[in-house]
Amino acid sequence: TEEENTGARKIRAAFHVFDHKADNTVDVREVSTIIYSLGCFPTKADIHRFVDEVEEDNMGYVHLDKFLPVMTKVLLENKFPPIPEENLLQAFEVLDKERRGYMEPQELAKYMKSEGETFSQEEMNEMLTALVDEKKNLICYKELISQLTLDLDT
Amino acid sequence: EPCGTPISIGFSYFFSYSLAIRAALLIQRWYRQYVARLEMRRRCTWNIFQSIEYAGEQDQIKLYSFFGFLMDHFTPARNLISHIFRENEICRDTEWERYFCYKDIEVPDSYTGPHLTFPMTFCGVSKLVEAFKQKQQLHARYVLQILGETWRLLRILPNINHVSVCQTKEITICGDLHGQLEDLLLIFYKNGLPSSEKPYIFNGDFVDRGKSSLEILLILFGFLLVYPNDLHLNRGNHEDHIVNLRYGFTKEILGKYRVHGKKILKLLQKIFSWLPLATVINDKVLVVHGGISNSTDLNVVSRVDRHRVRRPSDPLSVCFVSIKLKRSQGRRRVRSLTNHSSALPQRNSLPRRSLQNSSISHQLSSSVEDELKRRRRLAGFDQTYKNANGSDSDSDPDFAEAPEANGHDWKQVRYVNLLWSDPMPQNGCISNEVRGGGCYWGPDVTEEVLGRHNLQLLIRSHECKQDGYEFCHNRRVLTIFSASNYYEVGSNRGAYIRMGADLVPHFIQYQASRTCRDLTLRQSVGWTERSALRALREQLFVHKSDLIRAYREFDPHHTGKISMRHWASATETVLKLGLPWRVLRSQLVSRTHYGMVDYQQWIKELSITEPKLEVSDTSILETMYKNHSNLETIFRIIDTDHSGLISLEEFRQTWKLLSSHLKMEISDKAITDLAHSIDFNKDGSIDINEFMEAFRLVDLSAHG
Repeated sequence: TEEENTGARKIRAAFHVFDHKADNTVDVREVSTIIYSLGCFPTKADIHRFVDEVEEDNMGYVHLDKFLPVMTKVLLENKFPPIPEENLLQAFEVLDKERRGYMEPQELAKYMKSEGETFSQEEMNEMLTALVDEKKNLICYKELISQLTLDLDT
Repeated sequence: EPCGTPISIGFSYFFSYSLAIRAALLIQRWYRQYVARLEMRRRCTWNIFQSIEYAGEQDQIKLYSFFGFLMDHFTPARNLISHIFRENEICRDTEWERYFCYKDIEVPDSYTGPHLTFPMTFCGVSKLVEAFKQKQQLHARYVLQILGETWRLLRILPNINHVSVCQTKEITICGDLHGQLEDLLLIFYKNGLPSSEKPYIFNGDFVDRGKSSLEILLILFGFLLVYPNDLHLNRGNHEDHIVNLRYGFTKEILGKYRVHGKKILKLLQKIFSWLPLATVINDKVLVVHGGISNSTDLNVVSRVDRHRVRRPSDPLSVCFVSIKLKRSQGRRRVRSLTNHSSALPQRNSLPRRSLQNSSISHQLSSSVEDELKRRRRLAGFDQTYKNANGSDSDSDPDFAEAPEANGHDWKQVRYVNLLWSDPMPQNGCISNEVRGGGCYWGPDVTEEVLGRHNLQLLIRSHECKQDGYEFCHNRRVLTIFSASNYYEVGSNRGAYIRMGADLVPHFIQYQASRTCRDLTLRQSVGWTERSALRALREQLFVHKSDLIRAYREFDPHHTGKISMRHWASATETVLKLGLPWRVLRSQLVSRTHYGMVDYQQWIKELSITEPKLEVSDTSILETMYKNHSNLETIFRIIDTDHSGLISLEEFRQTWKLLSSHLKMEISDKAITDLAHSIDFNKDGSIDINEFMEAFRLVDLSAHG
């Protein structure tokens, strides 16, 4: 079908960005980036399961022949749907108990590094650089959410 | 609000705690997706830059291949360029010393730059580094003095330096710098200046592209003079005066030193030819700029006369021509949409405009006379050249002969491999059939060569890497690249290696330019992306006519519109960059109607500035834009005395040469018209820089 063709083409295009040897394989560590770039929002656990399905016998790489059908299924079934903005807002408001509309960098960092699928120090540093408003030294999450979504779409 | 009983308090506490975890999970998931999307864009941008870079290199290869052809076929045009292949061996070194003498050059009182005393000392070089940090320029007298001393020292160094590291003495290894002084200063800041306690190896490509190539050289040479046993320089493929003509070093020198530039260039040419070829650490780690081939034998390399590589009619350029072509071919990550037949067994398709494939020698030898006649006619040269050239002692008709037949050439060929080769993932070693030099080498070749020499690691440079370094071939080959932001601000990090007695490389990465460090990931990706798209739009613009012709083929009814699929296919056919045009389309073509691209309108919108000169013939204008670099290269070659000026006649000859290379007719009238539109100096000469500036592309598009 037309939709399937478009989907397959998108998957292939994304895959090839990391196919450095031009032999239809990518390093297993790039798989998450490819999945994310196709508009999906898997958790790390989801990614581990996906990789288990497609990795070549623990060789450290994935072949397009295995990747394509699994990824196609993911897209068709919308397995890792995007996060609605309201849910994201609510999530921040859970952590920002007083509902001030902003968080201090250390506050967010504490959660990101100790709860859920924790961030490494490097990831945290990068996140702070991206999200912290320099003048106020705060993370004004309300504005950020819509701004960052806009960034990616332009 | 928690209720009274302990159990219910516990429960709601637990409930809110797990809610926090769920919230954290959501935010993490969202953010990681955001970062990955940016990383994808950054990677695509990288691919764009690399494709354009390699396309430019291919262009140069074609030009030099053309020169090689001229050299081997005794056309009169050959005389215009033959001097770049000829080493003037008539003068002896003592005569050169007299020519390069700095003693008569006076340093005026008004000079505010650094003063050097010789012999060089650590303090002297540090002073030099400080001065360059303050953007001062060293006086020509001191430049020639340092270069003279360097030349004298290099002549007594061996082809391969052997160094040892021990517990108390680690070594630092740096890759390509390409005239980016900020990176060298950053390395010194983080790692310390060279000294006998802090040895360094610089692995080639110090010059070209960046603006401070000379300053980098002077600093490196300064430390070399003070610490000859602890500062090691390996020659790179850009330490070559012909390459410098195209990639900016020649222009930099002539711009900075109007009076003595020519002398400085000549001395540098000698110095480059005397740079050592490789360094070996503890007899275990080989450091060389490009790489190896299956025939690499370090014993042979150490015996070659490294400064005598060029021979009259067996131009090194033709050797490296084919090498560079191979280099570019290997980068086709995304398959070109057009189908080519591959002449090489293990590689992807060759780009159609390749001049080098296994059958070319047959092609050319069978129709040489025809080709020659046609080129002569196109170039407008006299048909009676044959008699004049009969006694040319430079003639060396070994065009079709494989260099293996000539022992001397074979050694040169290996030397060329060291500076120009690239690793490839597949096994094997693809070498050039016509000239037999330079290659892509596979992991099996790495194992064999390292094994044969009892080495454990090969460190090389030559290729830009996003993180500044990259392993391949089961971690037996390490690429180190020290020019950060090579393609654009934010495009890549630079790196250097620290290595101790255990011979385990440790990496330090960095990115010069404060602007870049302060940018968020999003901003730096955006910046680089805009730059790449600008570069792409330039490419599209210079190929306007060809693109319209290609689009028209899909539009038989002249509707002015074609489908997106056809647009992508036609664009790749013309540009041959191997890029994912369908993905890029949304960033290049702002409007589509029901999935159709209005190509006429779109081409018009690729707004580029109009040239400052009035030219009646628009096709010559397009040739001008498309062949900007080639034209400049030819100009600079013809300008034998490096004055930056050429006569009207030389201007005409340049165009004739170019039109012969492009196999297109450019009428005398068109050339004369062009010449008349230029500002002539009083003596009837044309300033090359001014002329090239008038045709520099500037993208005026609104998205800027």
